[in-house]
Amino acid sequence: MILDGKCPSGPLSEKWEKRLHEMRLVGPANKRKFTVIVVGAGLAGTSASATLAELGYKVEVFCYQDSPRRGHSISAQGGINAAKNYPNDGDSVYRLFYDTVKGGDFRSREANVYRLAAVSSNIIDQCVAQGVPFARDYAGYLENRSFGGALVSRTFYARGQTGQQLLLGAYSALCRQIKAGSVRVHPRTEMLDLVVVDGEAKGITTRNLITGEIASYAGDAVCLCSGGYSNVYCLSTNAMGSNVTATYRAFKKGAFFANPCFNQIHPTCIPVTGEHQSKLTLMSESLRNDGRVWVPGKKGDKRPPKEVPEAERDYFLERKYPSYGNLSARDVASRATKEVCDEGLGVGPGGRGVYLDFADAISRLGEEKVRERYGNLFEMYEKITAEDAYKQPMRIYPAPHYAMGGLWVDYNLQSNIPGLFVLGEANFSDHGANRLGASALMQGLADGYFIIPYTIADYLAATTPGKVKADHAEFGKSREDVDGRTRKLISLKGSKTVNELHRELGKIMWEYVGMSRSAESLRKALKLIPELRAEFWENVRVPGSGAELNQELEKAGRVADFLEFGELIAYDALHRNESCGAHFREEFQTPDGEARRDDEKFCYVAAWEFKGEGGEPELHKEPLVFETVRLATRSYK
Amino acid sequence: MNLTLYIWRQKGPDETGKMERHDARDVSRDMSFLEMLDVVNEGLVKNGKEPVAFDHDCREGICGMCSLVVNGVPHGRKEKTTVCQLHMRHFKDGDAIYIEPWRARAFPVIKDLIVDRSAMERIMYSGGYISVHTGGVPDGNAVLISKEDAETAMDAAECIGCGACIAACPNGSAMLFTAAKVSHLATLPQGRIEAAVRVCAMTEAMAGQGFGNCSNHYECEAVCPKGISVKFIAKLNREFMRAAFIKWKRERND
Ligand SMILES: Cc1cc2nc3c(=O)[nH]c(=O)nc-3n(C[C@H](O)[C@H](O)[C@H](O)COP(=O)(O)OP(=O)(O)OC[C@H]3O[C@@H](n4cnc5c(N)ncnc54)[C@H](O)[C@@H]3O)c2cc1C
Ligand code: FES
Repeated sequence: MILDGKCPSGPLSEKWEKRLHEMRLVGPANKRKFTVIVVGAGLAGTSASATLAELGYKVEVFCYQDSPRRGHSISAQGGINAAKNYPNDGDSVYRLFYDTVKGGDFRSREANVYRLAAVSSNIIDQCVAQGVPFARDYAGYLENRSFGGALVSRTFYARGQTGQQLLLGAYSALCRQIKAGSVRVHPRTEMLDLVVVDGEAKGITTRNLITGEIASYAGDAVCLCSGGYSNVYCLSTNAMGSNVTATYRAFKKGAFFANPCFNQIHPTCIPVTGEHQSKLTLMSESLRNDGRVWVPGKKGDKRPPKEVPEAERDYFLERKYPSYGNLSARDVASRATKEVCDEGLGVGPGGRGVYLDFADAISRLGEEKVRERYGNLFEMYEKITAEDAYKQPMRIYPAPHYAMGGLWVDYNLQSNIPGLFVLGEANFSDHGANRLGASALMQGLADGYFIIPYTIADYLAATTPGKVKADHAEFGKSREDVDGRTRKLISLKGSKTVNELHRELGKIMWEYVGMSRSAESLRKALKLIPELRAEFWENVRVPGSGAELNQELEKAGRVADFLEFGELIAYDALHRNESCGAHFREEFQTPDGEARRDDEKFCYVAAWEFKGEGGEPELHKEPLVFETVRLATRSYK
Repeated sequence: MNLTLYIWRQKGPDETGKMERHDARDVSRDMSFLEMLDVVNEGLVKNGKEPVAFDHDCREGICGMCSLVVNGVPHGRKEKTTVCQLHMRHFKDGDAIYIEPWRARAFPVIKDLIVDRSAMERIMYSGGYISVHTGGVPDGNAVLISKEDAETAMDAAECIGCGACIAACPNGSAMLFTAAKVSHLATLPQGRIEAAVRVCAMTEAMAGQGFGNCSNHYECEAVCPKGISVKFIAKLNREFMRAAFIKWKRERND
């Protein structure tokens, strides 16, 4: 099937305006008759819930944490982009748009990205009005910093806790609606199934994580805002509970999964220390503003970093990419890091690390200024490694971080299932094959505050409110399925723990479907993953029962989905016979080791349809049409 | 290193709980406290026992989910550190470690080390916001904010809402939490307009949620993983007096 993104026609800068004009509206008195189900309370879910409720819709919002203010967005550190051009350094909506399309290696939808850039400024204004304490200069104006993949300073930040502050802002807007009675929050509740009635999304089935109760909720539309799936690699920078379950179960109900192989491996994370490791910690990209990345120029140089003379250091990013240097795009920096470590130049345990050095910045700006900019990151680094990054360089290594792939959506953020909308990291998004730093927060909030409120109305206006109730047979069937699966997991009583199996999956994914892949490695993964999945369903041990708080059961459900989803990633990566952005196929590279795209054959979004467990998924394509941008080789040199 | 753990086990809210002894063997210094518990749990699952339930998510010290009292101190003895960021290098071989849930009247135990903190949410719902609509707001630079105010607001806004302050307070008071939220918004020009209404609503909600009074023990500040200062409690009190004065003036003029 050829998919249509349903972008409006006309000049790029007028498309959104045009769509706003075309879309149907729901009258004020009718809004309260509609119930919208929002799964997820990160930036996307919280901003959407608050805004939809404020408009008058009834909103039911679900999250697995004990409060919406703990969504994983809270851990975003570095900042949020907006084309404000406050520093007067040449930024514009067009430039932010172009940087994002280029950063994504020309695998995103032009019209979406332009809209994102166009609403970016409104996001900053909105957050300021909510009381988000962004960094200010001495005259009281908003400050900016630079992020990777851009030559202008357009990133707004609140110390090293931008995500926290933005989420608390959105949460406060949500609190106001909760008080007004227009939103009901369901914390500690996990969505385990999407309910589709007559081809439209009309509700969800959930498990209450305290009582174990399996319940259904009916609504007129469902918004999935459940975040990314990097935990398929087991070790990632995501929160422990981050999962693919919500989107994957929707996939199993017919929603297409787009570009699952586009996974961002972030260059600056604290390296792994041992088997016990439960997650990896990101050191914000903002550090690359002032930190310089290097390795010793000679193999086996065991001297402490301070004793390696300047001339014997290889500042490999500055050397390979002189114009962007340490601020090259993430996929580029990650691969370059892996390369020097593969060559045996890496530092730290196992040689899997490179230095991120602040000595120059400290002598240029003084320790105080560096502390003001990055104090909390240095503290975090010290807590984990017991090393003082003011005195010796940090050691960093790439780690899985962000999912560019996600459920396929059209320009209105609606999936191929009418009534199912997907927002934030959960959709296949505006970031193509690689996301630039500080753009995820922007996208989540753009989706929630400024896009879904309009586009959902266009769908709802054509439906009858409350048409499907939770007593519909589909809901009963869905509850039975969920209950059956839960019981099965408990009944296995095998000998391996969920964590063990998750770690094994992570190793397969990292080794064969990781930062660089080949047809051979992917075929290997396609053999190993089903084997591991079979083992899981025979040999996993989940103690306790389903009718109580049972964290092992929660994890088991998520890992079971990862065990299917990993295979989907491998299929996608294997079919895409090109390298683009974060998807690096060893067979397709330029002589100097850069990604070699194949625009003739692969300038499309790959959207996969579920064809039964263990069956090969079916590929559908949405051709990417570039009306404005000229496809070019991405270069940070 | 090898450790002896004494962990609070409680099946459910209405059950009685007790401390249970567990051995943690071959603990690496590089592990975080929660990773050490992961290893203990793996062992329990393998031996057909029930693992210990505890809250956690980001493991980066920012989401505020983790909530363990370690040797009598919420988040343990290391200053300005959530328990997920506490590393085992701060313990030594042979140590006995006592692990308990947050203890406060407003925080009923759900299971083992997990407590119900929804009372904190209800304080927020009562007025922890600026009443702004989405859209139609002025440019971010239209209202200038002095660096000093922006920094003070941020100092307060850093609160991760974990509830350690409440667990540490002999009265189970939510004063530091509420004060941080009130101060964050009251320090900014955008939040000034509703400052009086907000402080009244939030302090009233606080009183109605089973939290105790503040009698200036300042245990809260000592355990706060983000170092939120008790000076914000003074700020809350000032805001409250101001609100009372405004109300009194208004009533007199009526
Ligand atoms: C460490 C780190 C730092 C980052 N720094 C930056 C940065 O500086 N700038 C930037 O732009 N981006 C950054 N990012 C990326 C960005 O934070 C995320 O992409 C973005 O916040 C995702 O928001 P979201 O709302 O889509 O999802 P999330 O914030 O992940 O929220 C997901 C929500 O869904 C809920 N949920 C999930 N599954 C279920 C289920 N099955 N049932 C019910 N509820 C469910 C969760 O409870 C949660 O509320 C960073 C990411 C990480 C990991
Ligand atoms: S787990 Fe998030 S703060 Fe500790």
